[in-house]
Amino acid sequence: MVTNDAPITGATIELENLTKRYPGNPNPSVDSVSMEIGAGETVILVGPSGCGKSTTLRMINRLIEPSSGRIRINGEDVTDIDPVKLRRRIGYAIQSSGLFPHLTVAENIAQVPRMIGWGKQRIKDRVEEMLDLVGLDPREFHDRYPRRLSGGQQQRVGVARALAADPPVLLMDEPFGAVDPITRDHLQDELIRLQHELHKTIVFVTHDFDEAIKLGDRIAVLREQSHIAQFDTPEAILTNPADDFVSGFVGAGAALKRLNLTRVRDVGIVDFPAVTVDEPLQDLFDRFRSGGSNEILLLDRRSRPYKWLRRGDLMRARGSLARAGALVSHTVSADATLRDALEAVLTDNGGRVAITGRRGEYVGVVDMETLLNSVHELLEADRLTALEHREELAELQESQQHQRSALEGGPGGGAADGAGGEHP
Amino acid sequence: MNFWDYVSSRQDQLISDTFQHASAVFQCMVVAVVLGVGIGALTYRSDRAGRIATLATGTILTIPSYALLGLLIPVLGLGVPPTVTALVLYALLPIVRNSVVGLRGVDPALVDAARGIGMTGLARLVRVELPIAWPTILTGIRVSTQMSMGILAIAAYASGPGLGNEIFSGIASLGSANALNEVVAGTVGIVLLAFIFDAALVLLGRLTVSAGIRA
Repeated sequence: MVTNDAPITGATIELENLTKRYPGNPNPSVDSVSMEIGAGETVILVGPSGCGKSTTLRMINRLIEPSSGRIRINGEDVTDIDPVKLRRRIGYAIQSSGLFPHLTVAENIAQVPRMIGWGKQRIKDRVEEMLDLVGLDPREFHDRYPRRLSGGQQQRVGVARALAADPPVLLMDEPFGAVDPITRDHLQDELIRLQHELHKTIVFVTHDFDEAIKLGDRIAVLREQSHIAQFDTPEAILTNPADDFVSGFVGAGAALKRLNLTRVRDVGIVDFPAVTVDEPLQDLFDRFRSGGSNEILLLDRRSRPYKWLRRGDLMRARGSLARAGALVSHTVSADATLRDALEAVLTDNGGRVAITGRRGEYVGVVDMETLLNSVHELLEADRLTALEHREELAELQESQQHQRSALEGGPGGGAADGAGGEHP
Repeated sequence: MNFWDYVSSRQDQLISDTFQHASAVFQCMVVAVVLGVGIGALTYRSDRAGRIATLATGTILTIPSYALLGLLIPVLGLGVPPTVTALVLYALLPIVRNSVVGLRGVDPALVDAARGIGMTGLARLVRVELPIAWPTILTGIRVSTQMSMGILAIAAYASGPGLGNEIFSGIASLGSANALNEVVAGTVGIVLLAFIFDAALVLLGRLTVSAGIRA
């Protein structure tokens, strides 16, 4: 899902045989994890509670010191450098947001830039920029204290603080675990949108597989002691789970979950006749008369979807826009998944839903027909790639067998393919 | 001579005693706060050190003030030195205990966040933990201040400064004309001072506790 509309600002992360032992426990909590994470990639560590995923994450910024193994960021070995300096280069967001209650939103966000010695004006500008980035109005939220924010808003500020000094790497430890499902959904969409703009390297811990599918470029499914059961793209894990543990974790409804993997903006959004409320009524009538459409989407002054207007609605309301038409009750962001869109289309009595951009502005409409078509195309494409994968795998195995029989007793085996991961 | 006549005739003496009382408590409290919060900040991260600090300061408090002064006189002589020492020692316990409790009471998630964003141990203490623990510490300071007000009265026994001298000379001359007036004047003065100090500390709390954590 790597797009090229913004430069990749992330850094690579390499974990090499990273191990954590605690005194008094014969088994390591994290046993020799090796993982390579590409620049600008979002990798989700998912697994049952107690599997060591959090410990693994916290070893990356050395909140937990590894017992052995190496950590490299952008090729630089950071296993032995000053942890304080390391952490200032790595964004960190946690479940309870971790905002300092005695500081305002702005002061919270300014913490890291202050520590690394930015000038006053630069920090001020950056705080505004970050608030804007996470979708909070700076004028409204700048001087608020965390306790006067909702859970979702606190999380947004938490993310803004983590990103304030523009770190190449962002670590997130179940950041959306403590908010209600609706807010969580919003925050996930926001994170996807953010990542679309910023291309950081994100390592994200969760126990929620659906969240992992939604957010990850790649997912590492971990079993106990942080052993990697499978490390691959969400599509591959859904269509081709490595073993029973992984398929157990994927759970039922893999086909429906597939809908979570495609965003509305990646499928055909239909253009729909739309008019803002400020335009003269005559234009509206003209649009009805000239275009073949029976329905027009009315936008408010900030060009957000406002009302669905059918031919004749205006007549019945005696030309009063205030009374005519049906209010738009649901909109779906362009970053939302097809599943969200399907949900919205199914519940809308007109069978279509307005798609909005970053600031809630109208960008298009999705209806049942476009949705069906895109899903069919998707599934067809999946089937083709799965076939290709299988053929490639077969070819690889064949060539390995050839090699082995050619070498006769020499060191066998080749490089494990991506889906294999490592096994204990 | 009635009480008001007594007060107006001894005005200068009373004002000077009151001022000395206030000044002694204030100065001792400053020292006790610096020491107490310092001890708290040094010990709260270790379970054992915190317990030892609380236990040690708690033990001091169990020594009767009269006895402590008696023990200090041979070492420090009479007057200000034993008074200040005793006052500071007594004032320590509530401040140390509330500092340790307050600093330990900071939500572990905040400590984790502070470390995670790259704060040093000192920055974490100064910018996160102390401001959050401050209301609790301030409560300890208020308790200590009230206590010191009363204990300083006893310090007149060691020729210390303050309104205790009024009370002492009253008790020493019981039966004489102004004995009761002296005791009452000293006591009322101390009670009034205690009120004023407490009000000042409440005001200090208003000004220094962040609006984000004010109850």
